[in-house]
Amino acid sequence: MLQTQLLSNHHFNFGRRGRDSSVGRAGKCDVHRLEEGPPLKAELTREQGLRYYRIMQTVRRMELKADQLYKQKIIRGFCHLYDGQEACAVGIEAAINPSDHLITAYRAHGYTYTRGIAVKEILAELTGRRGGVAKGKGGSMHMYAPHFYGGNGIVGAQVPLGAGIALACQYQGNNQVCVALYGDGAANQGQLFESFNMAALWKLPCIFTCENNQYGMGTSVERASASTDYYKRGDFIPGIRVDGMDVLCVREAFKFAAEHCRSGKGPIVMELKTYRYHGHSMSDPGVSYRTREEIQEVRSKSDPITMLKERMLSNNMASVEEFKEIDIAIRKEVEEAAQYATSDPEPPLEELCNHIFSNDSPLEVRGTNPWARLKSVS
Amino acid sequence: MLSLHIPTLSATLLKLSPSSNSRTKTQRRHAAHFTFQPDPVPTQYGPTQKMNLFQSVTSALDNTLASDPTAVIFGEDVAFGGVFRCTVGLRDKYGKDRVFNTPLCEQGIVGFGIGAAVAGATAIAEIQFADYIYPAFDQIVNEAAKYRYRSGNLFDCGNLTIRAPWGCVGHGSLYHSQSPEAFFAHCPGIKVVIPRSPVQAKGLLLACIADQNPCIFFEPKILYRAAVEQVPVEPYTIPLSQAEILQEGSDVTLVAWGTQIHVMREVANMAQEKLGVSCELIDLQTILPWDTETVCKSVVKTGRLLISHEAPITGGFAAEISSTVQEECFLNLEAPISRVCGYDTPFPHIFEPFYIPDKWKCFEAIKKMINY
Repeated sequence: MLQTQLLSNHHFNFGRRGRDSSVGRAGKCDVHRLEEGPPLKAELTREQGLRYYRIMQTVRRMELKADQLYKQKIIRGFCHLYDGQEACAVGIEAAINPSDHLITAYRAHGYTYTRGIAVKEILAELTGRRGGVAKGKGGSMHMYAPHFYGGNGIVGAQVPLGAGIALACQYQGNNQVCVALYGDGAANQGQLFESFNMAALWKLPCIFTCENNQYGMGTSVERASASTDYYKRGDFIPGIRVDGMDVLCVREAFKFAAEHCRSGKGPIVMELKTYRYHGHSMSDPGVSYRTREEIQEVRSKSDPITMLKERMLSNNMASVEEFKEIDIAIRKEVEEAAQYATSDPEPPLEELCNHIFSNDSPLEVRGTNPWARLKSVS
Repeated sequence: MLSLHIPTLSATLLKLSPSSNSRTKTQRRHAAHFTFQPDPVPTQYGPTQKMNLFQSVTSALDNTLASDPTAVIFGEDVAFGGVFRCTVGLRDKYGKDRVFNTPLCEQGIVGFGIGAAVAGATAIAEIQFADYIYPAFDQIVNEAAKYRYRSGNLFDCGNLTIRAPWGCVGHGSLYHSQSPEAFFAHCPGIKVVIPRSPVQAKGLLLACIADQNPCIFFEPKILYRAAVEQVPVEPYTIPLSQAEILQEGSDVTLVAWGTQIHVMREVANMAQEKLGVSCELIDLQTILPWDTETVCKSVVKTGRLLISHEAPITGGFAAEISSTVQEECFLNLEAPISRVCGYDTPFPHIFEPFYIPDKWKCFEAIKKMINY
């Protein structure tokens, strides 16, 4: 059942056009309150294809390395992995500018990478070392980058923040948009609807995006939501449902959405139908609420990286050897990053208290008696 | 009282002093900061069975669903057993109309629970982690707590019990380790209860469910598997708002709740061995309304008080206890009341071993009080 939903009408059939680029044809995306949806054709150049492949494969390998490190107990705590959903992060990044803004929930490693942070800083943050992107103080769920606001632990709480960022963009007139991501579980949180209302009322340039990976932790979407058409949940806000396993579909849809917002038409709701291979987090085996066969089926038929690779190969846009080379280079990069993450020292004890408030002079932190008097510097 | 002295535990903890650069980083992160000490087997409640904390909670819920036809259990992912397995088997046994999942909406869960309770059902709502209870804060404080008062006793939601896993767990970081009891202690109209062990958990949970007031029951998540005791299989209740004196002493009163009790047990032993100081250990059990009489009587006897909790020190519940005790027992105090609590920082990710009020900090505080 899941299979046909993901593939119906949403994949590109590539026409032959030569080695350096191809134009594909797609079926229509489901739209809500829109006259027309994203274009039915997309062009993929060889350079773009290889780039998307490299980024997706890096995210995949990074997540698998994190899985390995977690099982070795080098990463501890809570770790939510993104493998299977790479096309979403890469497609979105391909459609927006680095100066646009993005905010997501806790399944954030992929977005941290696409927003410009190196693999080794991400892995070092997971292991809690001082070279980590948040100085080792945040961990898996709290990673940040310029124009990337995290990395948020409380489900749904990041969406009103995203609307606020969009307000700032509108206020400053800088023609930027904000992509506010959330999951199918969070789609039932009250604060989302509050954000939808405000964004529509004030025509904020906010792209609300539901990454629907079919399961809110252990609960499937049918059992959690009265309506599983998440792209329609904005009611009075237009919406588009996109095949989230196809990086080109995602890119075209988000180009359309960004244009919609930048032209002052107000917010838009996107639903990316995607899938995660791992469980909700590393504590969840991921098979008590779904079957291994289902996971296998998605992996074999709709894997975003495999799909892109096969399309490029069948259109002679790249050779098997080139992909192999890219794979080897990525493996090396991730391996080095893991080395760094394992060997980097932990942040010094003083960091425990820093940056609680913004204060000009060091602030004495209460509670740290009788062991040590610690100060907070910010 | 059996004290389990584990050499590697103390050695590892010794290396936690800020000035040392220890190589055993992974080792440090694995050692728990306490050892669970089981209570003697209760004999007055009938036959017992070996259970850990989550199993004792399941047992309490099982008893409730069996005896009360209006009882319902709901929350995120409770149907398959819950993320901590507290509701395993209940759906199969009692049906999906009595044990069911809610969507991801804490405010909705509690609001819905209040409504169900007002209409007469015994509603047991689960919030997946106490850290996520804040969207429901308005519902709890403004709706649940004040229902009886504002309707002049016409309506009440006494049938509501909210359960949430609570407290540090070793690797929980900011949003899986919080202890929010102080936020709710500030709200007349609800009861806040925290057990220290499986036997206490089952009795107190059943008492909360039976109590005609909305109750919040925080379950120390680090003890879910670590705490194993012989727990009576039949239902029984332990009275609310009664603190329990676990160990009598004459020199210092120690007050704590939940996981911290086990830390304090070790502290009491250390104080006895190394300082010859006799400690009286009190488990507060019910945070709101708390048993002022037991604590004050104890302080009158000993003259010194140490309160300890994981939550940040400013505005933590120790402040309330401290203030009341100095009011009641001012002339009996030999030393200022000591509070050893979490720091005024968000619950840290990697710095957890430094943040938590471990036994060394408490021991140091006792030393200071004795030498005052």
